[in-house]
Amino acid sequence: MSSSVLILLLPFISFVVSGIWGRKYLKNFSGILGTVCMLVSFILAASVAYNYFFVTGRVGGQYLGTIPFEMNWLRFTNELSINIGILIDPISVMMLLVVTFISLMVHVYSLGYMKGEERYATYYSFLSLFTFSMLGLVVATNIFQTYVFWELVGVSSFLLIGFYFQKASAVAASKKAFIVTRFADLGFLAGILVLSYYSGSLDFKEIIARYTDPANPHLQAIATASFGGVSALSWALTLIFIGGAGKSAMFPLHIWLPDAMEGPTPVSALIHAATMVVAGVYLVARLFPVYAISCPAALHVVAIVGVISAAFAALIACTQTDIKRVLAYSTMSQIGFMMFALGVSKYGGEEGLGYMASMFHLFTHAVFKALLFLCAGTIIHHVHSNELKDMGGLRKSMPLTHITFLLACLAIAGIPPFAGFFSKEEILSAAFQHDPVIYWAAIATAALTSFYMFRLFFMTFYYDGEKKAEAHGHDDHSAGHSSIAMTGVQVVLAIGAVVAGFVPFGQFVSSDGFALPTHIDISFSVLPVSLSIGGILLAMFFFYKKSDKAIRISEGLGSVFVTLKHKFYIDEIYAFVTKKIIFNLIAAPAAWIDKNIVDGMMNTFAKATEVFSFSLSGWQSGKVQSYAAWFLAGVLSLVLISLYLLQLL
Amino acid sequence: MNAIPLTHVLMVSTALFFIGVYGFFTRRNLITMLMSIELILNSVNINFVAFNKYLYPEQMEGLFFSLFTIAIAAAEAAVAIAIIINLYRTHSSIDVEDADELKL
Repeated sequence: MSSSVLILLLPFISFVVSGIWGRKYLKNFSGILGTVCMLVSFILAASVAYNYFFVTGRVGGQYLGTIPFEMNWLRFTNELSINIGILIDPISVMMLLVVTFISLMVHVYSLGYMKGEERYATYYSFLSLFTFSMLGLVVATNIFQTYVFWELVGVSSFLLIGFYFQKASAVAASKKAFIVTRFADLGFLAGILVLSYYSGSLDFKEIIARYTDPANPHLQAIATASFGGVSALSWALTLIFIGGAGKSAMFPLHIWLPDAMEGPTPVSALIHAATMVVAGVYLVARLFPVYAISCPAALHVVAIVGVISAAFAALIACTQTDIKRVLAYSTMSQIGFMMFALGVSKYGGEEGLGYMASMFHLFTHAVFKALLFLCAGTIIHHVHSNELKDMGGLRKSMPLTHITFLLACLAIAGIPPFAGFFSKEEILSAAFQHDPVIYWAAIATAALTSFYMFRLFFMTFYYDGEKKAEAHGHDDHSAGHSSIAMTGVQVVLAIGAVVAGFVPFGQFVSSDGFALPTHIDISFSVLPVSLSIGGILLAMFFFYKKSDKAIRISEGLGSVFVTLKHKFYIDEIYAFVTKKIIFNLIAAPAAWIDKNIVDGMMNTFAKATEVFSFSLSGWQSGKVQSYAAWFLAGVLSLVLISLYLLQLL
Repeated sequence: MNAIPLTHVLMVSTALFFIGVYGFFTRRNLITMLMSIELILNSVNINFVAFNKYLYPEQMEGLFFSLFTIAIAAAEAAVAIAIIINLYRTHSSIDVEDADELKL
């Protein structure tokens, strides 16, 4: 199965080729190159998936992980070496499919969207780098490989957010994203070290085998070791989850995600909606047996953080006026759903429904959220603005985007029979079985989801007559909008958003590898679906026609609305903590010590040497004859001294 | 033949050496300085030949060394004159005081 290696190598080749030669020689070809590489990658991934799920993967009714390729990469000692390889198991195959498919869609879409861009080749090379890193992350056989590729996706995300580096806000956003996720990765690294210190192995297979068997000495060692009254295992898993929470924009490490929307919109669709931000979910799912069997406390943390993030982001999304920011908060909210679905799940059988639901939602969410972002990209391309107030009434000039956006909104709102309905139902029923508080919070959040998504939908396509902005006279706009690449991708993804829910997902992916039959219970679905429809109707009531109803309500809410509008002042709190506390109390004194004591010492040495050498430099007169005179005087005095010493004088 | 004692010859060579040193220190003209160096070298040659002749008449090393010195002096003169010519081309002067770019 060397084709699985090729899945990774193709984007890497595309990255290297268009990265090195793209700007000079392959200015327009690099887009095609990247797209073709992705297409082949996707076909290979699909064949790997077909082979795994239908031919070779199932052994005795259970899907087990196989490793078609592995090599020793870094060898430190006989016991400590780091491998790099490809792990094929249900979730990694599912992620391979999702990543290659969404990446292919985004590559094709960008052919139209980024046309005429000055750094077109650079864009494609970054996109390929990202795809390569993400694929390496999902197929990682050991936790260290995950970490390496984890950082690589962080770097490519940084590069792509800051793609328009002439814009100060894009630069700030890319730095913010990088620093916040790096900060979270510190937790991840610490977690890896603790986890592998006690397990004696970095391999996922080994870690899971050793930490899920109660009789295993490794598990006993890590469970009895404690720090601050909490076992080392809980620490390790919580720290690893902090890394995942940073990447997946979970509260309170979510602040980078809305700002990351400064990047080109297809990038937001690929990285900040469909693939990279679910890496945290994927990480927890990867170590899920350890969480579920040996450390339910850490899993409980995952559930709580997930549900808080879901509700928190949904509330904020109702007040934002930037189309991409609304989508960013909705992404955060949906990832919260995935997280708490994992959090309420248990290992194995029916009890593992949450795990399956989480992966299912990851799968469907990738499709419809990518579609939402790409539609938003088309809209932004059309009106040349991100602000909802510049939109309105677009249904006439953009009929196709209108339809695809509507399908995606229905999917995310969980209206049957669209994709989001199936996965969200599974999540809600998993929550219902295990934790009523989380269930009710989730139901409320799901209703809010449909409200804010349809608020976005109506404000974009109805609400008001189309603005006759001067941008509409532009020459490039008609060429941009009618691009076949962009509309074609929207149609493909819209079909995906309709049919993705019908995949019998539980047959393929479940917590223990055995098929988990999924069934939709009509009586259970009534409440969430009717709440979602209620949300849609409410949004319709406020935003179908231009009126001041919404404004009056928001004024009526007073400080609550202002707090939401300012995203609960989380950014301000961070700014306060970093600028006022960390900067003034730690950074400024440290800088003073560095400047005055460390540097001061060095400067004193340098000054002393300088003064001393200047005092000597007068000797270097450049007069050959005076040198010769000194030389002769020296020789003569040496002769005299030696004569004296030899008692000859 | 041995009427002239060794010390006399050494007096001559010492006188020659210091005449050369004096010329090297006081002259500003590079060619004259070069000539002074030749004087110093020749005083050494006289010493070689004299010591060979008076102390070890059966051996030839002193003579060989003076031959070497002459050969090296010739090579050195060629190099030095090439330098002086280049100096003249760039500075329009062969005064040693004018070639002082290397000082701080």
